[in-house]
Parts: sequence; C-alpha cells; structure tokens
Amino acid sequence: MDIYWEPVWLTLKLAGFTTAILLVLGTPIAWWLARSSHWIRQPIAAIVALPLVLPPTVLGFYLLVLMGPKGMVGQLTEQLGLGLLPFTFEGLVIASVIYSLPFTVQPLQNAFASINQQLLEVASTLRASPGDRFFSVVLPLARSGFLTAGVLTFAHTIGEFGVVLMIGGNIPGETKVLSVAIYDHVESLEYTQAHWLAAGMVVFSFVVLVTLYSLNGRLQSGLVK
Amino acid sequence: MMGTTGIQARFACKVGTFTLDVDLDLPGSGLTALFGHSGCGKTTLLRCMAGLQVAIGAMRVNGDEWQSESGSRPVHQRPLAYVFQETSLFPHLSVKRNLMYGYRRIPQSERQISFDQAIEWLGLAHLLNRMPEKLSGGERQRVAIARALLTSPKLLLMDEPLSALDQKSKQEIMPYLEALRDNLAIPMLYVSHSTAEVARLADHIVMLDKGQVIAQGPLQQIMARTDQPFGLEEDAGVILDATVSERDERWYLYRADFAGGHLWLRADENLAIGQRVRLQILARDISLALSEQADQSIQNILSATINEIASDVSPGTSMVRLLAGQTPFLSRLTSRAVHTLAIEPEQQVWMQIKSVAIVD
Repeated sequence: MDIYWEPVWLTLKLAGFTTAILLVLGTPIAWWLARSSHWIRQPIAAIVALPLVLPPTVLGFYLLVLMGPKGMVGQLTEQLGLGLLPFTFEGLVIASVIYSLPFTVQPLQNAFASINQQLLEVASTLRASPGDRFFSVVLPLARSGFLTAGVLTFAHTIGEFGVVLMIGGNIPGETKVLSVAIYDHVESLEYTQAHWLAAGMVVFSFVVLVTLYSLNGRLQSGLVK
Repeated sequence: MMGTTGIQARFACKVGTFTLDVDLDLPGSGLTALFGHSGCGKTTLLRCMAGLQVAIGAMRVNGDEWQSESGSRPVHQRPLAYVFQETSLFPHLSVKRNLMYGYRRIPQSERQISFDQAIEWLGLAHLLNRMPEKLSGGERQRVAIARALLTSPKLLLMDEPLSALDQKSKQEIMPYLEALRDNLAIPMLYVSHSTAEVARLADHIVMLDKGQVIAQGPLQQIMARTDQPFGLEEDAGVILDATVSERDERWYLYRADFAGGHLWLRADENLAIGQRVRLQILARDISLALSEQADQSIQNILSATINEIASDVSPGTSMVRLLAGQTPFLSRLTSRAVHTLAIEPEQQVWMQIKSVAIVD
C-alpha cells in the first residue's frame, strides 16, 4: 500500500511547495508586468510565457545541463556544498517552479491589470503607504486572481511529466511522482494499478476545477461587508 | 517662496505636449475655484498639489512645507484630502469601512472631525451597511467627501466632484458643499469648468488657460472686470454677498444689504432675517439713467459712479463698470446709448436694476 501512496504523497508535496514558492515569487513579477510600461516588459513577458509553448523535454534538458556538474548552476551548488540538484526532490521543485511560472503569473497579471489605478491613488490620499495599499486594496480586489493562480499552478504541477522525467528520473520517495508512476505501471503492463492512479487523477482534476469555478463565482458576487 | 499663511504653489511639468507652469499664492481659507476649459491644466495642477503628479516646484500650505527644491513628501504623508471626479469608493468595502479607511490611518490625536460628525454632515447614517454598488451617484460622492474629511485634512482638494452626476444629484450635493465651505476652517480648492458652480461656491478664483494662470483674485473682482476673463459673454454679471435685513410681508419682498447700498428681491423660499445670500446681477439687466426717474416700474435704483467704459464682445455693445460705494457693478449698454448719454468715468449716474437672482 505504501508503494501506492508514496507517489501520491510526493506529488502533493511537490505541488504544494511549488505553489507556495510561485505565489510569493510570481506576485511581484505579475505586478511589475501589469504596471510597467518599460520596453523590457514585452521580452520579460515572453520569457515568463515560454514554458507554455516549449515542449517540457526542452525545458527539462536545459535545466539538466544547467544544474549538472558542468552547468553554471551545478558548479555553484557544488561550491556551496549543496551537491548536484538533478535527481533530487529540491531539483524537481526548482524545475516545477520554472515550468509552472506562467500559470501563476498570468492570472495574477490579469487580476492586477483590471484593478482601477485610481483606487490606489485614492488610498494614497487616505494616508495608505505603498505596502499598505497593496494589502488593503490590491490583495482583496485581486483575490479571485490569486485563487485561480494557486489552483492552476497546483494542478499543473501535479500533471507534469516531461520535465520530471528529464530532471528527476524515477527514484521512489524522492522523484517518482504520480505521472511517472503511471507511466511505470503501463511500461510493466500493470494496467490495474495504472487505472487506479489515472482514474484518481481524472477525478481529482475534475473536483479541483469545479471547486475553482464555483469559488470564483462566489468571490465575485459576495464581497466583504 | 515667502509667507507662512496661505497656500504657495509653484509648479512646472510636462505631460505629453502639454506644459503646466504656474506660480500661485492663494488664501489659506475659504473656497478657491480653479476654473478653465477642459485641457487647461486645472486637474493637472490639483494633482501636482496632491503629489499624484510628479512636477518640479514647491508647495507650502499655511506654513507647512510639502514640496521644495530639496524634496517632495509622498502623497500619503501630506495632510490633504482629495475628492475625485469619478466614483472612487473601494468596491470591496461597505460604506462604513470605506469611511473608516482613512480615519483609522491617522493618529487619534490628529482627528479633528469625528466619525459621527462626518456622517451627520453628509447625511449618511442610513447608508452605512450598504455596498458602494448599491448607492446612487450622488450618495457615492457624498460618501467619498465624508471619507476624505475623516482624515482631518489641512487642505481639501476637489476635482470636479459634481461633473459625473446628473442634474438632480448635483442639486442634492450642492447644499452639502456650501455647508462645508461655511463650516470648515480649512482651505478648499475646487476644480470646475461650470460657471454656475463657481458663481455659487467660490470665494476666490484662479483662471487657467493652456497651463498658465490668466487671472486670479476674489471672485467678485474677477466677475466685475470689463474684459470678462471668466468668459460668460451673454451671462456676464457681478456676484455680491448680501445680508437679508427686512421682509416686506405685503409685497413678498426681502431687503438685502450689501456694502454699497441695498436691493429688494423676490425669493421663492423663505429667507431669514440676518441670513447671508449670494446675489447675481447680469450686466444686461442693468440700464443707466442720468437722473433718478420715479415714473417707471423698476424697483431697484441705485446711485453709482462710472468707473470704466470698455469695449464688449460685440462692437454694437459696450461694458460699463460702476461703483456703488466700493461694490462694483457691470452694465452692458449699446454703444449708441453710451454715445447719446455722453457718459464718462467719474460721472454720477443711476443704475436701474431689472432683475436680481439669488444663486446661493
């Protein structure tokens, strides 16, 4: 049974870490993309969106090279005494963060862009400092964006396969996540086990999306009194 | 920049092809209207004063330096309140929490206007638990004004607060604005392109055109200039503040005293003795006579001295400026009448005032 649940647990852990890191990291990026008019905005937006169009294997390949013993990142982590990141859980988290970046940034960017700029000016004339304005005006008005970003990132990380295979391989308890486990079962012709996991994924994804849609609807209609 | 009272504001800034360049010394109390056509820079000037628009310059309010060559305070550290043109309530907060937003961000020791007082002034008690989307345009703007006042500002800036409202809502808010002007000790700057609003509310006026100040001074003096910078054309006329001193029960008339004499007026609503009223007398409603004539219908006939005779917008008419005591009046006459009467400055004449309107 443990052999069954281990990939599930590992997948949830990976998705949880990735989502948490991305919400913190993606918020300033999305804010800047929504507000800036600097020429460099478009190239940055394109870089953020790259994981959407690139095959996961391409991304995984470059990350593997970069984090490997001859890559810049790899040499750095070795000098810092952290060892090499490929085929570790930490390496997988880093890869997932990059791979799921657009799924966090884009909903947030849309949410930020739709906030009336004047409300922030109003808040400043009511003595709110920039940080205060972010927490008292931006955050509550963008919360459906945060919800969408969080859920999409979580779900997308759960579904990743190509990147994991390239960078994480197939180490039980360390990098063997659900999608890889299913692939493994199919390879070994263990269709029953593959069915259980695959059907579980279908049900999970469906439940997540239904919850997201209904929560979003409720957020938009009922605001705080 | 000199002076410890009043508002000194000097700004230079460029927004696209538009350049604002002003140097103002305004009174430290009462309502000053920033007036001009759209695109003249009045809103930009207001935003510069608030710090919402970055500009080179200096700003000082009753001795308190907000901006100088050495630096500029960020908006949230300036003790000002700003009422925006469009609805600016936080959509995610109830009326009460909108009102509390600025109120709880200022230290208790600096609160000079209490929560209950602001609610009472603007008549908001029954709206506190509503969400902004459930309010009418006029109600929203009243909430925005109360929210601004609750920061106990040292300067109240209003950017055409009525322009987005329909006629009915404007009429609904106007009395609140008048009450604030009369009750608040703080200076108010009011951006408007409506002559009616300015005539009704302003004590002082700054006229802008293409980012430059073209005229400024007390409203009554500006309105009484023969060159009419205010641009009222057909509706050119003077404004004067008077006090109701007597009521003629038989003829339904009120007597209103002003610095240079008194006028009789008809009022649609009851006026109280001692009440201050703001009167408007159009230049086209004043005719002149060389002698006092009793055998005619006009009730208000005042003795005045001709001060200036100037050309008018059309060559067929002339604008005559007169003084009754120290109070200026304007009379628009045909140029032929000026010629036949052979009037000239310093001459004593009689003004026959056909109509007096109460604007406030």
